[in-house]
Amino acid sequence: MDFGPFLLLASLEGLVMAAVLALTAVGLSLVFGVMRVVNVAHGEFFMLGAISAWFVVDLVPGPAALGFAAALIISPLLVGAIAAIADMTILKRLHYEPEATIVATIGLLYIFQQLALTFYGADARPVEAPFSLRIQFPWFGYSGYKLAVIAASVVVLVGVWAFLTKTRAGLVMRATQLDRETAQAFGINVDRVFAGVFALGAALAATAAVLVVPIQQAHYLMGGDPLLLSFIVVIIGGLGSLRGTVVAALLIGLSDGIISVFFSPTLAKIIATLLVAMVLVFRPQGLFGRRPA
Amino acid sequence: MSLLSTQKLSRSFGGLKAVDNVDFELESGQIHALIGPNGAGKTTFVSLLCGRLRPDSGKIRFGGQEITRLPAHERVALGIAYTFQITSIYANLSVFDNVALAAASAARRPNGNRDVRAATHDALERTGLRSRASETAGTLSYGHRRLVEIAMGLALKPKLLILDEPTQGLANSEISDFKNLAAGLKQTTTLLLIEHNMDVVMDLADSVTVLNFGQVLATGPRETIRSNPAVQSAYLGT
Amino acid sequence: MTGVLNRSAILHIGVVILLFALQFVLPPYHHTNMARIMTLAVFAMGYNVAFGYTGLLSLGHALFFASGLYAAGLLIQMGGWSALPAFSMALIAGGGLALLVGVLALRTTGVAFMIVTLMFAQAGYLTVLYLGEWTRGDEGLVLPAASRTIGSLDLTNDTTRYFCALALFSIALLGCYLLARSSTGRVLIAMRENEERSRMLGYDPLRYRLTALVISAVMSAAAGAAYGVLFGYVGATFASIQYSIFPLLWVLLGGAGTVLGPFLGVLLMTYLVDLAGDVTSAHLLVVGIALVLTVLFAPRGLLGTVRARWLPWLP
Ligand SMILES: Nc1ncnc2c1ncn2[C@@H]1O[C@H](COP(=O)(O)OP(=O)(O)OP(=O)(O)O)[C@@H](O)[C@H]1O
Ligand SMILES: [Mg+2]
Repeated sequence: MDFGPFLLLASLEGLVMAAVLALTAVGLSLVFGVMRVVNVAHGEFFMLGAISAWFVVDLVPGPAALGFAAALIISPLLVGAIAAIADMTILKRLHYEPEATIVATIGLLYIFQQLALTFYGADARPVEAPFSLRIQFPWFGYSGYKLAVIAASVVVLVGVWAFLTKTRAGLVMRATQLDRETAQAFGINVDRVFAGVFALGAALAATAAVLVVPIQQAHYLMGGDPLLLSFIVVIIGGLGSLRGTVVAALLIGLSDGIISVFFSPTLAKIIATLLVAMVLVFRPQGLFGRRPA
Repeated sequence: MSLLSTQKLSRSFGGLKAVDNVDFELESGQIHALIGPNGAGKTTFVSLLCGRLRPDSGKIRFGGQEITRLPAHERVALGIAYTFQITSIYANLSVFDNVALAAASAARRPNGNRDVRAATHDALERTGLRSRASETAGTLSYGHRRLVEIAMGLALKPKLLILDEPTQGLANSEISDFKNLAAGLKQTTTLLLIEHNMDVVMDLADSVTVLNFGQVLATGPRETIRSNPAVQSAYLGT
Repeated sequence: MTGVLNRSAILHIGVVILLFALQFVLPPYHHTNMARIMTLAVFAMGYNVAFGYTGLLSLGHALFFASGLYAAGLLIQMGGWSALPAFSMALIAGGGLALLVGVLALRTTGVAFMIVTLMFAQAGYLTVLYLGEWTRGDEGLVLPAASRTIGSLDLTNDTTRYFCALALFSIALLGCYLLARSSTGRVLIAMRENEERSRMLGYDPLRYRLTALVISAVMSAAAGAAYGVLFGYVGATFASIQYSIFPLLWVLLGGAGTVLGPFLGVLLMTYLVDLAGDVTSAHLLVVGIALVLTVLFAPRGLLGTVRARWLPWLP
């Protein structure tokens, strides 16, 4: 293949990755931004999304597209509900104290993983794509489903943006993010906002997982990579900044494929991890954020 | 002799000039009061002196040495101590341990008092906290926590002790105890005192600096400031 | 005051004597278990110096444990070193690494510090995998029995192993006991309680935190090296995130900022996992539930609660 088409292919693959990553990372970023909670169990919400999608597709009879559509609705709702319960029963009682919540979410990570192993098993299982259209470029054919994933992510992200900026609930969330005490004084039920934000963050991860599961199989240990990558994205984008998160997801998603062409994937990961640590040490506001006055 | 001086010292927060081109001289062996309305920049100014904050521009000299870039803990080693306006003590430790940490810090200096226990008891005695030595600091009343703050300042055995509104929240009897304590300290320590209570200022201070909107409005001996009409109408409320 | 010193000194010496005596009565299975618990307790005590006393919540201590483990393991395996010099080099490796990591990571605090240490440890883990040619990655190395000796002491012998673990444990316990009562120890606690105040009392936060981190890392590396030499296996799991979480869990469970808490935490957790039966599948569930329950209901841990309620003199 010539260089041009090769670059196009690599960019398409990178875009798919970036799209899924952006959804997952925006969930993490939202939770950190509003609640100041570092949710180590975020990757497990992703995993639960994928596994519940497998169960839903398995249970719904009829064409693959129908089961998939059901999963796209049911999985995020289910995972969101689990997250809301975890928030109300555990995080709230810890008063969102940063260190305690990190420890608690590490605990949740192990619990979710083990439960998935017990009830779903150790196998990786595929989910059939809702359609199998192949788009023929002059140089190569490309999965129509993957293009649909990119489109769907963009739609969801625009939806989140509209929700946060145009609706009352979104306004309440942003008010809480800016100043918890004042929000409370204005009669905002902060407990409910937090449960809602935690559920929304988890639901976004679950949505990303449902979209990804026809490309990548569902497995009980699949939460590790999205967690690490989301962390990286959120840090580079600036903790809690949604716009920065999306930009960083694009950057990472697109560059990941290219880096691993030049290095062995392990070395690439080592370098990326160290670079991210350095960003946190020397530019804690992220590469794109501005240092607070 | 001047113990501490600043030249064109400035610091802003965003667009707000909290300290604006301040030239300041502090004579050794004096009690110098810093007064001014709320938000005048008093706390910001002394924070620059003790190193809690970095200045945007200007110079600070202490005992003939420039300290503008020196980190806070090294300034403490030179003999500058600061007591917080908003009490900052070790709430989970005992009163004794709070003060002992200060005494142990002073003991590390070349001719510091190595007997930390004795130095601690001395500071507790002078602030009237002796009987509360074993209580947990966080359980004390507000006034007593202020006293722990002052005791830590004393135990540091500083050359310059900066007290940020030490009498805030103290009862009248405690205020008069404080005045005696401060007057007694004068022999060994230079005091820079931020104070809203004008009785305390007029009883204790040798000289006074008035700060407003981050700038020095007036500075001079107590009597001059007391009779300065502008200061009088604006800040002394008489 | 001397009475207080006696009370707590007696308690700690008593624990060591008890562990010494146990060796004669324990059945073989628990005998090996106990040697492992004492070795891991050194790791936990090291973690406690950073987290419990100084308030540095690191999520990357697997890096220090593994640095000791691999320094000793590789020197023995590749360099043909004998156990004791390899062990000493491991301490230097752990301390040096902590110095490097500390100078960078200690520029951050709180959540950022947790993530930075996590990232460094992750880089360490990946490095172990990357250098698979020497480390053999996940599969790991089995150290030859012939190399596991100190002079005429054969470390593959159960009794010798128990005594070596006990000796290391006792030294670490004594070290922590002395540190907790020293003036440096008090400043470390001061850093945990109120950094701003401590700085304004003239203590350099970076210096004390770095000191704590290096002490903590040297102890962790000692535990790692001892683990490799005593049990003869060096593998990548010990560098993984799990081994950063374990010491946190042990210390939380036993009581952060108490001298005996970490040991108690390891003891409890080991037997809890044991009791839960089927080690491979239920293992992490127990860990997860223990973490959540501890932060919810006993944030001070066992000994922390005992100290707060009944025995205020516990160091
Ligand atoms: N960390 C900060 N960030 C932003 N603004 C600040 C900060 N610290 C002080 N300010 C602002 O700078 C100005 C001066 O504050 P400062 O605390 O120095 O005043 P003050 O004279 O000590 O007042 P008070 O008598 O109330 O203690 C105020 O307007 C305050 O709001
Ligand atoms: Mg003030």
